[in-house]
Amino acid sequence: MTIKHADEYRDPEISRKIVEQINNLSKKKIRLMEVCGTHTMSIFRNGIRKLIPDTISLLSGPGCPVCVTAQNEIDAFIEISGKPDTIITTFGDLMRVPGTGSSLQKERAKGKDIRIIYSTFDAIEIARKNPDKRVIFLGVGFETTAPTVAASILSARDMKIDNYFVYSAHKTVPRALFALMKTEGIKIDGFILPGHVSVIIGTGAYLPFFNRFKMPCVVAGFEPSDILQAILMLAEQIENKSPELKNAYTRAVSFKGNEKAIRIMNDVFEQADVAWRGIGVIPGSGLKIRDEFSNFDAGKKFEIISKDSKEPKGCACGEILTGLKTPVECPLYKKICTPVEPVGPCMVSSEGTCAAYYKYHNGD
Amino acid sequence: MCLAIPSKIVKIENNMGIIDVDGVQRQASLLLLEDPKVGEYVIVHAGFAIKKIDEEAAMETLKVLREALAFAEKSEPAG
Repeated sequence: MTIKHADEYRDPEISRKIVEQINNLSKKKIRLMEVCGTHTMSIFRNGIRKLIPDTISLLSGPGCPVCVTAQNEIDAFIEISGKPDTIITTFGDLMRVPGTGSSLQKERAKGKDIRIIYSTFDAIEIARKNPDKRVIFLGVGFETTAPTVAASILSARDMKIDNYFVYSAHKTVPRALFALMKTEGIKIDGFILPGHVSVIIGTGAYLPFFNRFKMPCVVAGFEPSDILQAILMLAEQIENKSPELKNAYTRAVSFKGNEKAIRIMNDVFEQADVAWRGIGVIPGSGLKIRDEFSNFDAGKKFEIISKDSKEPKGCACGEILTGLKTPVECPLYKKICTPVEPVGPCMVSSEGTCAAYYKYHNGD
Repeated sequence: MCLAIPSKIVKIENNMGIIDVDGVQRQASLLLLEDPKVGEYVIVHAGFAIKKIDEEAAMETLKVLREALAFAEKSEPAG
């Protein structure tokens, strides 16, 4: 059995021809930013940086949810794991992110009940089986993940499960694009917009951003020819000085997105001003649990004192997330900060720019 | 982390689906989809199907890419 539409979009001949078109077309020196950790990974894994001409630089933006999570939120997760009678549930990539004094992994080694789950439904199941424990899900992610967490809260309500709580540190992408454009020193000529965030929110969600900045924007899928196609479309727009908001992932992304998922997300969450690592507070860029669902809100249920945490000293994660620096420009990279002993989250998550550089970048 | 490979719905029971990715089967919630049907291909994220694949758009994109390929080959000098 073939994997539906994956083989075709991996066809090296198609990719080679798109690269030829990019080569023929690209004259200006341009900088394109991807805002999706899975794009970062795919670009490195498929050697796309080496395939495209020197005129085009690819930057990794704030597209890795764990990486953009502020230090005080990481500290809050660790703090919450110390509350009595709790079971912490989380996706795996959060485990090793260093907080100010510890990490979830270190806390688990000390005996805290911290479990890696695959889906929020696993957390509901754990809550159902452990009625005498308080089961907390650490909600980190963008619009792709937030509806799945919202659905879990609705299900918990329907199933009358009262020992399931979510600590919501969810964030939304379009607001971050606005903030990026206002970051001092930033040089971006076009955006490769995320694939599965866009599946949910639709290309229409980027219209306010596009209309404000007239910045070339293309939504891309994750296979090599998807990403190369987006790069080609962006290069064309920039060479022709005709910025557009385009979709190179039409098989999954529509203008309106997944309206049911958006509805469920908005039923449970509302916008909040939240801090992003490296960027600071972005108005309306977070998702907090609505008052109606405050019984499920771990942020309200538990007193949390971690408020003023500092980012690790010397760590350039913040500048790397905004494209101001590459990992090799960070004094800690590969010296003190490695995947085994990470200092910042960009080295922890498999989607982090530093982790991707460490694995795939050969110093050229 | 997003899984880019579409999965096929092979069974539906109470908003839960059994999905098949290249022969490997697992559960996925169908709560975020309108009217999911057995046989449809979906994108799955964190245990939830988040979108049906638009077959027509998938074929159209491939057609455009392949036409570009055929055109480029035709325009290449022989030998």
